[in-house]
Amino acid sequence: MSTPRIRLPRSASEGEEIEIRTLIDHPMITAVSGPDPRNMLARFEATMNGETVFAYDFENGSAANPSFTFFVRAAAPGQFTFTWTHEDGHAYSAEGSVRVS
Amino acid sequence: MHFSRRSFLSSAATSAALVLVPIPVSALELKPDVAEAIDAILNGREASEAGIELDAPTVAENGAQVPLTIRVNSPMTSDDHIETIHIIATANPEPGIGRFHLTPRVAKAEVFTRIRLAEEQEYLVFAELNDGRILQAAARTAVSIGGCAT
Repeated sequence: MSTPRIRLPRSASEGEEIEIRTLIDHPMITAVSGPDPRNMLARFEATMNGETVFAYDFENGSAANPSFTFFVRAAAPGQFTFTWTHEDGHAYSAEGSVRVS
Repeated sequence: MHFSRRSFLSSAATSAALVLVPIPVSALELKPDVAEAIDAILNGREASEAGIELDAPTVAENGAQVPLTIRVNSPMTSDDHIETIHIIATANPEPGIGRFHLTPRVAKAEVFTRIRLAEEQEYLVFAELNDGRILQAAARTAVSIGGCAT
């Protein structure tokens, strides 16, 4: 598992639509047909200024190295956290910020 | 052989702009586990086949990484927004692919992710509105190498 990668604009106006891209390296092993034990993320969550804005529940048909693109309306102060939670409860997170004026 | 920059860009734009022809969900024959997964989402409601556009390849080289963009027609205001988007496979070992949760902070109901398709199949997308209405759409992608080896 390597560091999650996040793409955010550096700055935006209040209320402006911004594009967010995320990627995390993870094999997402379902153990449905292979010999390896199950190793799956359960949930991805993005917060802006402490409030959940976007989330995703992973099921077996989600691809390895999960990637998302979504769009939010920027709000000051523009602090973002991104959290991937494994089925075993372990969580990986990344932070980012957009200068909102 | 010579390709001008302009012709390369325009051919790339043409292939990238592929929007799948919608398939009527009612026309699909569904396995019992898929029908059960859909019933759990609908919960007695009737879905309307409108307002969802699916953008994915008609043929995917690698079924383990099939790019999918879902666009739902919604103003995404606090009074009128999409809350949940479900993706269901019809011919994977298990029907569940994943579930997006949106909020009015989301600027538009457009999301991208990559999905696994074990073989050529239809997949279904259901979008739930905050007022309880539900929309549905289906698309079909052929797969060169199946994507469920793990």
